[in-house]
Amino acid sequence: MRNIQKFGLALFIIGLLIFSYIPFIGDYQLNVQLVEKLVKEEHREVMTGILEPMYDKIYTSNFSFIRDFKELFNAYNQDLKDQQAWDKVIWDNYAFSVTKAAAINPVQEHPYKYFGVSIILGVIGGLMYIMPLYRNEPEGIKNNGIYFSSMKARGVLGIFTGTYLILFYVILYWLPEYMTNLVIMVDPLSEALSGNEASQWFLYGLVYTLAILVMGIRMFKKYKGNAYQTIRTGSVMFFQLAFAFLLPEILVLFNMPWHDFKNIWPLDYSFFYEYRIEGMVSSGALGMFMLIWGILLIVIGVPLLTYFYGKRWYCSWVCGCGGLAETLGDPYRQLSDKSLKAWKVERYLIHGVLVFAVVMTALTIVNYFMKFDLLGQATNQLHSIYGFAIGSAFAGVIGTGFYPFMGNRVWCRFGCPLAAYLGIVQRFKSRFRITTNGGQCISCGNCSTYCEMGIDVRWYAQRGQNIVRSSCVGCGVCSAVCPRGVLKLENAGEEGRINEMPIIIGNKSISVKS
Amino acid sequence: MNNRKIVIIGNGISGITCARNIRKKDNEAEILVISGETEHFFSRTALMYIYMGHMKYEHTKPYEDWFWEKNRIKLLKAWIEFVDFPKKQLICQDGKAISYDILILATGSRPNKIGWPGQDLKGVQGLYSFQDLELMEENTKGIKKAVIVGGGLIGIEMAEMLRSRNVPVTFLVRERNFWDNVLPEEEAKMINKHILEHEIDLQLDTQLDEIIGDDEGRVTAVVTNKGKKINCEFVGLTVGVVPNIGFLIGSGLETSKGILIDHFFRTNMPNVYAIGDCAEFRELVAEDRKNIEQVWYTGRMHGEILAHNLTSQNQVPYMPGPWFNSAKFLDIEYQTYGQVPPKQDSYTDSFFWNDAKGKVSIRLNYNKDSNVFMGVNALGWRLRHDFFDRALTEKWTIDQVMGNLDKASFNPEFYKPYYQAVLKDYNSLKGNNIQFKKVSLFRKLIGSRA
Repeated sequence: MRNIQKFGLALFIIGLLIFSYIPFIGDYQLNVQLVEKLVKEEHREVMTGILEPMYDKIYTSNFSFIRDFKELFNAYNQDLKDQQAWDKVIWDNYAFSVTKAAAINPVQEHPYKYFGVSIILGVIGGLMYIMPLYRNEPEGIKNNGIYFSSMKARGVLGIFTGTYLILFYVILYWLPEYMTNLVIMVDPLSEALSGNEASQWFLYGLVYTLAILVMGIRMFKKYKGNAYQTIRTGSVMFFQLAFAFLLPEILVLFNMPWHDFKNIWPLDYSFFYEYRIEGMVSSGALGMFMLIWGILLIVIGVPLLTYFYGKRWYCSWVCGCGGLAETLGDPYRQLSDKSLKAWKVERYLIHGVLVFAVVMTALTIVNYFMKFDLLGQATNQLHSIYGFAIGSAFAGVIGTGFYPFMGNRVWCRFGCPLAAYLGIVQRFKSRFRITTNGGQCISCGNCSTYCEMGIDVRWYAQRGQNIVRSSCVGCGVCSAVCPRGVLKLENAGEEGRINEMPIIIGNKSISVKS
Repeated sequence: MNNRKIVIIGNGISGITCARNIRKKDNEAEILVISGETEHFFSRTALMYIYMGHMKYEHTKPYEDWFWEKNRIKLLKAWIEFVDFPKKQLICQDGKAISYDILILATGSRPNKIGWPGQDLKGVQGLYSFQDLELMEENTKGIKKAVIVGGGLIGIEMAEMLRSRNVPVTFLVRERNFWDNVLPEEEAKMINKHILEHEIDLQLDTQLDEIIGDDEGRVTAVVTNKGKKINCEFVGLTVGVVPNIGFLIGSGLETSKGILIDHFFRTNMPNVYAIGDCAEFRELVAEDRKNIEQVWYTGRMHGEILAHNLTSQNQVPYMPGPWFNSAKFLDIEYQTYGQVPPKQDSYTDSFFWNDAKGKVSIRLNYNKDSNVFMGVNALGWRLRHDFFDRALTEKWTIDQVMGNLDKASFNPEFYKPYYQAVLKDYNSLKGNNIQFKKVSLFRKLIGSRA
């Protein structure tokens, strides 16, 4: 490692430490005016009353502040629940906004400085580590030492990284009130983009986008000389930055609903929720366009593009989850399970999630058109179960937190309902396949090892069979790491695409059907 | 045919292919595969990747461990000491006897040693088996310098392995250019250059004279035929492999360099066959073939055909199709189809093209008189096997091949269309005006192969 890389790594770690420490600094003080400002009108009277014991008390840590807040708030709700006065229970979660508003700390005074020494320092450190990688080395794939690496082969560093990521997601989804200082830190940036204060989602989107950009540059280095990898990585970087991060914020600036034009139902599972539909319908021509565009993607975009190019057009070129997996997750791609058993589990799980998403959405739509006569508010229960179990726990905590344990595509492989939909089209009606080059395979196993989706590519390659699998996201790495030029991702006629009884070329004595 | 006991010695690609293909056609036979090397079949070609940290041993196994039991292929990890052909018995190293009805010898190769002084010192070794890999791991721990002797495929692999761990490597090659007993000069020189780019000290036209050791019997240096002494703690001897048949000598089985077989893989012993690296054809199967074929693909084909013959009334001889092979020299992939000898013979013409950076090349050989295409060599450019298999079998002319070269490319999408530059050069050389078939924009957009 060059000195500049060591220095970069040190800066990255310092940035990460500061980022992890920021949530714990400063004091918290609540007053009645703050509460009046933050809560909905219907809760104003009650909330100002409930929280009275906290007023003007100075808390020196977010733990004690949040503990008191939750005690008072939960005690009130619990009473009502005991009395079965469900309509009086406050279902809104005010913990995050109240904690954020009550904070008194230097981050508010100098948000850019804190942003600089945490996130920006991490980015700079990361780039200093990445930029010199493979410099002056000939073009070619560099997988040297991966299985000796503590980080990349489930060693201590990998376990630590996975644990950190899991913790981060747990706090982000279920305990965001503990990360308010980090959100305060990016308030000015959010205000500059959308005119609004930042939420934890803005912070997350920002970190997510930066991770894809920085680790995308690493991809350019690692796969130097492979045009497919380079262009594909450029594509996911673009779609994340422009479509997932900047454009939605700009929409908000113009009083439009936050909308990611490249996100597609059922990955975007809330697309048909009442509030989303109403948000779009009430936002004029552009809102109507969002609605129509979203539906067109589902019914025409997905089948048509997948017919021509396979699901890769989305999964490894456009999608945000795919984008993170292909950049931040690339060092972990070899950790996916290739066993036949894992494939069986995969098929039950991913199609199970698809069925769940479809049924839930169908009920939601029917209920909506029946003016809630069918199920009343029961669909909301369904939404929160899905949101908790699939949207947050599966996609986030497991999806990303498990990178260092089970590879970078755990969500995409086992959980994503859109991937399941794309996969069904890819398997049964598509021009995409990975062609096996006659008899050239030497069964070395590089392709299977580096398949992030856990496809045993070699199984097909060594018998001269094309690879047509619903899960293949077309990342192209099997082809890139093949030492004998055996694999090629391509779109071609449907005839001969699925060759169940392949014949290995080169043997004129007999035709061996594998 | 029922319940016969087929024993296969060797669980490499030949033996395992044979076992699998027998099982597909014969549900009854008892199949036992014996190997002392590893319990399960693994891909020998991937040994280097274990050393380099690309993979672990478990990744080199093409079938999951349950596969063997499910297909009722019994595995036994043991070394065979001796074969008693008259009694139809194998004697294991631990004294255990195993009987057979049909015996298939697929024992592979071992590294060749040609009698250098000091070749048995500690730290001096070849690379073929899993045990060799373990030995290399031990022998190269913490070393500061290594020397590789022998400019072939295993030599360059070993050099790449050591470079992946930043060990300085001197690479002694007897020939004037790397692997130039197979590669024509232009290709060999491209690889020379590439080897140097990887900071491997390539010494061409240089032979090993002697290996020097210390009092403990560990290698400390080598001396070349140019009188140069190179200090080192590891010497890789990679001057080819020879059939691994030591335990069969004196058993009555006819051998020369390898186990002598006919075109049906039959040895001189009844119900005993030999396939793969260890076999030697008494008569050439074709003019352009060797008596001993030590290639993955041929080993696989041997296994396929013998399995067919053992499970069918219709006996077929070994008839390989057009020759093909591939390799990877550090970052440059090599593929060949048909015949491309290192030196041109009088009836062959050769068209050679390479890119400006010297990383990509193609050579197409054809008959001077008939213009029939004879073979192709490509470096840094993947080619379609089925395309060239067809062109060679159907005896296309060189013009025909050139006019379809766009369909022959197997490079990943978005790679430079080298075939355009090649055709342009070919046309200007020949004064031809061959054109690729026009492809419509729509077809280009949907990535059609046309």
